Amino acid sequence: MKFKVNNEDIFASTGGRPLDKNKPLIIFVHGSGLTHMCWVLQTRSFAFHGYSVLALDLPGHGLSGGNSLQSIEEMAEWISDVIDAVDFKEASLVGHSQGCLITVECAARYPEKIKTLSLMGGAGAIPINLELLSLAENNDSKAVDLMMDFAHGPSGHFGGHPVPGLHHLNIGSMLVQSREVKDTLGVDFRACQNYTNGFNAAKKINLPTLSILADQDRMCRVKDGKKLADHIKNSEVYIIENCGHMMLLEEADKTLAILKKFIKKNYPAY
Amino acid sequence: MDPKTYKFDTLSLHAGYQPSKNSGSRQVPIYQTTSYLFDDVDHAAALFNLERGGHIYSRISNPTVAVLEERVAALEGGTAALATSSGMSAIFLIIMTLCQAGDHLVLSSQLYGGTVNLFRLTLPKFGIKCTFVKPRDTQGFKDAIQENTKGIFGELVGNPGNELMNMPEIANIAHNAGIPLIVDSTYQTPYLCKPFEHGADIVVHSLTKWMAGHGSSMAGILVEGGKFDWLQNDKFPSMTQPYEGYHGLSFAEEFGPTAFTMKARSEGMRDFGPCLSPQNAWNVMQGIETLSIRMKKHCSNAEKMVEFLSNHESVAWVSHASDPDHPDHELAKKLLPNGVGSMIAFGIKGGKEAGEAFINNVKLASHLANVGDTRTLVIHPASATHSQMDEATLKFAGLSHDMIRLSVGIEDIEDIKNDFEDGFRAAKKLKFVINK
Repeated sequence: MKFKVNNEDIFASTGGRPLDKNKPLIIFVHGSGLTHMCWVLQTRSFAFHGYSVLALDLPGHGLSGGNSLQSIEEMAEWISDVIDAVDFKEASLVGHSQGCLITVECAARYPEKIKTLSLMGGAGAIPINLELLSLAENNDSKAVDLMMDFAHGPSGHFGGHPVPGLHHLNIGSMLVQSREVKDTLGVDFRACQNYTNGFNAAKKINLPTLSILADQDRMCRVKDGKKLADHIKNSEVYIIENCGHMMLLEEADKTLAILKKFIKKNYPAY
Repeated sequence: MDPKTYKFDTLSLHAGYQPSKNSGSRQVPIYQTTSYLFDDVDHAAALFNLERGGHIYSRISNPTVAVLEERVAALEGGTAALATSSGMSAIFLIIMTLCQAGDHLVLSSQLYGGTVNLFRLTLPKFGIKCTFVKPRDTQGFKDAIQENTKGIFGELVGNPGNELMNMPEIANIAHNAGIPLIVDSTYQTPYLCKPFEHGADIVVHSLTKWMAGHGSSMAGILVEGGKFDWLQNDKFPSMTQPYEGYHGLSFAEEFGPTAFTMKARSEGMRDFGPCLSPQNAWNVMQGIETLSIRMKKHCSNAEKMVEFLSNHESVAWVSHASDPDHPDHELAKKLLPNGVGSMIAFGIKGGKEAGEAFINNVKLASHLANVGDTRTLVIHPASATHSQMDEATLKFAGLSHDMIRLSVGIEDIEDIKNDFEDGFRAAKKLKFVINK
C-alpha cells in the first residue's frame, strides 16, 4: 500500500492483507540497498495469521518516493513517524542487517512504542569495507556484485531457493539495482559506516529481543551478533547453520519458524 | 577486490543444487513423484497461499525440475525460471501470462515455423492479434506498436534465414513504449549470448536443442530478467491489480523482479499444466554440464562449413553471420562475441529438386525436424518445418525453395564435408539427367 510519511509517498507491502488497526502491527525493515521484497517469505505468513504487517521500502528505495535518509538516527526517527502515519500506537520491529541498526536505535528512542525487537544478521556496528563503500558511492555495479557475494552462503552461491525456480543472487542484485546504486546502496553504506551508537542504544533496550544469526554470515559475523545481543536485556539468540547473511531468504522456513514462535509468545495476536 | 561468485562453466555443473540437502547425492536426484507430504494443515495452507516456498504437486513444481530452473536462471543472469514440457509450451505460457483477448503483439517474421503458426493461426482464435516485421526492419517494430500492444517477440538470429534483429535497439523501442521484449534464444544458448545484457526482459529456450544437445528429451523454459517495471503503466492489470486467485495478491508489488515467473507458475502451470517431467529435466542437465565445450566445437565446425560451402561450386549462396559479407556481421560481432552459432542456411544450385536429392543422399547428416543436436542435421524448410506456410508467408519469412537448413554437429569436420560432397554429387547428377 502507499501512504504518506512526512509528505513523501511511501510504499509498504501489507503481506497480501489490508492493514487492520484491530490487529497488532509488525514492521519489517530491510537492509542496505534492498526493498520490502526480501521479506516476502515472512510477511504473508504473519498477515494471514492475525497480524497487520508493513514491510517498508525506506525513502528513496523500491517503490517509495523521496530521497534516501542519510543517517541511521534519521531512519530510526522515520520508523517512529511511520507508526504515527498509519495511526497505530505501537509495533513490533523486525530488522535485517542495516535494518537492525535502525530498529535498535528506534527501540532505544521509543520504548513506549516498540513492543518486541527481532534482529536478523545484526551487529552493534556495521563498518563497511572502504573499497566497497567507494564503489557504491561511485555508482559502480561491482559494489552490488561484491555485496551479493558477501551476503550469501551456500544456498545463495550454489542454489536451492525455497521458492522453486528463483535465483538468490540475481534477485538480490536486481533489487539493489532497481534504483541508482549511489542513491541507495551508497547512501546506506555511508550511514552504516558513520553509525557508532549501536551498543549504547542496545544498553537502553529493555524489551523482548530476538537475534537470528547465521554461522556463515560474512557481513555480520556470529561473534558480532552475539556481542550486540549481550548488550540487550532479555535477548534470545538463535544460530542457523550452513547459512549466510541473507538468512531470511536462504533459510526462510527456519527463520520464519523462530520468528513466529518469538512474536506469538511476546506479542500475541488478539 | 573482486566478487568470488561462480562463473559460467562452474554454474553449468553446480547451480541450483546442494548435495548436503539431498542425502549427499552427488548427482541431482530424480524426484519421480506427483506430490509432496504436508507437515500439517497449516503448512498445506501456507504453501497454497504462497506464504512459504515449497512443492505441492509436480504440475506446479518439482525438486529436480527446480534445479534445472535455477541452473538456467544462473546461466542467463535471470532472477527466476520456469521449465515446461517443450519450447512451444514455454512460449504459449509467456503469452498467456502477458496477454488477454484484445491484446496485440509485434513479432519478428523470421521465427521457427511452429512459432509462426501459433501467432498467425492459433492466438487470433483467442483474440490476440499479431503484426510481423522483418528482423532487420528496426523502425518497422516501432511503427507496428499499437495502443494495445503488450510485447515484442523475436529470435536474435532468425530461423531459418539467419537474419539478425538489432536486440538493443528493439529493446529500447519496447521499453519506450512501456512493453517487454521477449527473445527466443534457443539458437544461442547463454554461452553465446545473454539477452538480458542487451535489453531483453524475458528469454525463452527450447532446451531440447543445444542446451541438452543429445536430442533425447523435449523441454522448454522461460527466464525472467527482473528489470521490467510492470507498475510503470496500466497495460498489465493482471500483473499489477489484485488477483482474485490468491486473495487479492498483486504479483508486481509482492514479487517484483520475479513477478512474471511467479504468475506464470501459480496461474499458468495451475491452469494449463505443461509441466516438464523430472526425468527429462535430469536428461537436459546432463547436456548443460558440457554446454560451453560443445558450443565451442559447434561454432568452430560451423565456421569451417561456411568456408567449405562458400567455395563449393554446387552452392548458390550461404548465410551465416560469421561471414564478413553477411549484412549482419558487425552486429553479430557485438552481440555474439563467443561465436555466431551453428545454424547455416544455404542455397543449392538446381533449386528444389537438387535440394531434395542432396538431402536424400547425405548419410552422416540426419534428415529430421530438429536443430541443435550434437549430430549434424539437415532439412529442406519449405517442404518440412515451414511447409504449412503459403507462398507469400514463405517469402515474407525469407524462405526460398532452394534453401537447406544445416545444423552443424560436433563430428569430425572432414567427415561432415565428405558427406556433403556425396550429397552435392547426387544433386549434380540429377541436374545432368534433367538437362539430358
